[in-house]
Amino acid sequence: MKLVVATCAAVLALALNTVSPLQAKEWKTVRVGLEGDYPPFSSVGPDGKIVGWEVDYMNLLCEHMKVKCTPVQQDFDGMIPALQAPKFDAIMASMSITDVRKKQIAFSVSYYNTPTRFVAKKGANIEISPAGLKGKKIGVQRSTIQDNYLTDNYASVAEIVRYGSQDDMFLDLVAGRLDLGLGDSLQISDGFIKTDRGKDFEMIGPNLTDSKWFGDGVGVGLRKQDDDLKKMFDTAIAETLKDGSYQALEKKYFDIDIYGG
Amino acid sequence: MDGGTLQASILQFFDYQVIIDNWQLYLSGVFVTLQLTALSLILGFVLAVPMSIMLTSRKPWVWMPVWLYVYCFRGTPLLIQLFLLYYGAGQFAFIREGFLWPFLREAWFCAIIAMGLNTAAYQAEIFRGAIATTPRGEIEAARAFGMSPFRLYSRIILPSSFRRALPAYVNEVIFSLQSTSLASLVTLIDITGAARIVNSRYYTPYEAFLSAAVLYLVITFVIIWLAGGLERRWNVHLARPTS
Amino acid sequence: MGSLIDLKGYGWSILVEGTALTVEVALASLALSVILGILGAAAKLSGRRVLMGIATFYTTLIRSVPDLVLMLLLFFGGQTLINWAAPKFGYEDYIDIDPFMAGVLVIGFMFGAYMTESFRGALIAIPRGQIEAARAYGMSPLLLFRRITLPQMIRLALPSFGNNWMVLLKTTALVSVIGLDDMVHRAGSAAGATRQPFTFYLVVAVDYLVLTTISVLVLNWLARRYDRGYARRSP
Repeated sequence: MKLVVATCAAVLALALNTVSPLQAKEWKTVRVGLEGDYPPFSSVGPDGKIVGWEVDYMNLLCEHMKVKCTPVQQDFDGMIPALQAPKFDAIMASMSITDVRKKQIAFSVSYYNTPTRFVAKKGANIEISPAGLKGKKIGVQRSTIQDNYLTDNYASVAEIVRYGSQDDMFLDLVAGRLDLGLGDSLQISDGFIKTDRGKDFEMIGPNLTDSKWFGDGVGVGLRKQDDDLKKMFDTAIAETLKDGSYQALEKKYFDIDIYGG
Repeated sequence: MDGGTLQASILQFFDYQVIIDNWQLYLSGVFVTLQLTALSLILGFVLAVPMSIMLTSRKPWVWMPVWLYVYCFRGTPLLIQLFLLYYGAGQFAFIREGFLWPFLREAWFCAIIAMGLNTAAYQAEIFRGAIATTPRGEIEAARAFGMSPFRLYSRIILPSSFRRALPAYVNEVIFSLQSTSLASLVTLIDITGAARIVNSRYYTPYEAFLSAAVLYLVITFVIIWLAGGLERRWNVHLARPTS
Repeated sequence: MGSLIDLKGYGWSILVEGTALTVEVALASLALSVILGILGAAAKLSGRRVLMGIATFYTTLIRSVPDLVLMLLLFFGGQTLINWAAPKFGYEDYIDIDPFMAGVLVIGFMFGAYMTESFRGALIAIPRGQIEAARAYGMSPLLLFRRITLPQMIRLALPSFGNNWMVLLKTTALVSVIGLDDMVHRAGSAAGATRQPFTFYLVVAVDYLVLTTISVLVLNWLARRYDRGYARRSP
């Protein structure tokens, strides 16, 4: 029995040896959580590497902060727990700054802001109103601002279908399992409609921007205690906007302004 | 810290209001879970009985295909089988335009099919074991009475096998109940799905998932209790043969 | 059919790196579950009410709550609990639960309950006379465990142990849900990017089938090895 107890103690010690003092040192490397299922902001290539605008912008910010950044892939609904784990030190996953999230984590200043819109098959002729959406199946990504918006406004009339990633939602939209989808307009246009699979689809309804649900743009998510890192990101974002490198990178990916003031 | 403050902070830690506000979501989740469990078990049973008889055959062309089916379904995770059916089916235009699509486009239907096919493989194996252990005497007596093979199975072998298979079958029912939680991964809102919605909306993992755990616990106990009653009844029947 | 087996360059990532992670999670969970299983079986057979009560509560709980729910609870809740509890006990350091550890902890904890039942059954089946004889020879408890109990326990527990391992291996697919980059998660990303879910999930299914087939072969070999000296037993 002693042998068992000893082995057990050894394994427990191994399991808990990840106990490490709070990082008080200077930031030399920053691990950044990215989603990888959200083109053109982030997607995973065949070699397992994450590519996209958000990855490039991360590298730009890290150049300004003079730190080494390593991207870490994480599903969206696990971003906040993973940040607190800490599997990584910052979230750059097109995460909007909202009050509910601010209770959990801190945010940098916004680095882009684009409206939310509905997407549906061309000619579907759906009116965006409680009456027009009655009985419709609407796809949305789980635990996003769009999810909250739908739940608060249309849960009683429409059927809300939640997905782990935006790509899974598009798969079902194409397969005909959904009548509509809701998401970031830029992601829908560049990640879906402009691709071969989404060519039969169009965005419908107004731009949705109400800050009650859609927050104040997208920011870098950070742990509350990492105040120094927040200041570094805030400064770096301001610098990239000022020296024109933000705009140069933006042009490589989009034909519109995504910063949204 | 003393016991009082610990208790107070535990009470603070839980936010019961979130669960009270969402009780309807959980209730409909319970219905979906029970529905998925019951329907997939029925489908599994209907498939498993003939398959288990085929498995006890001596002819390779009879038992081999069933053996392969059982091997593949038991050798891969249910999660993958479910994803293959749900997301996989949509990959092919001929399926999307085929006559089955009105069914396959429903996540509910896909979940029942995937779980039914999966539990069929396990149930077939349970029944095969029970059939193989049927006392020789029972079979020989039935043959001596001149029973046809169909009667032999429906009157003697299957009823006696089901009785022996009951404990293992109850286990399979509980496993099936638990595996329905995977339905939340293909958009269905069962108990687990309800918990995931509550968690992602309010960031309250304990309230959300512990409530779900309690619901599953209650359902499991009800199943065990029902099975106990059934077992007693069958034993009474055995103890006092009427014919 | 050509397009069915074209993996668009994702082959290495799923089949090699993803499979490696799956096997790592499975083996680490197995180690934890064996330890918990031995402790659980010892508790259940200890004759002490408190220990038996705890062990029974543990096995009942695990049997009744879905693994997915436990995994989500630990992944989303584990950190909150630690962050909340640690300072109250005068602990200011950081303890992290990353997805790998959450996955291993949950799967190991779950299968510890199943292993408890396997080991308990095996321990009961060891003839009392052998243990008494060993004691009469003056063997220390440790020596008795190593020479008499353990070898027989392995032989007697092997069938249900093997069964548990097969279920455990398949349960690892769930770690993809909490974002661990195993072969299922990689296949999901590839499916989204290429829009060919059937192709990639089929590849993972075959991959699992290969792993379970290898397991069956190894377990059969082990069974033959430990059955030496018991040749009379029907196969």
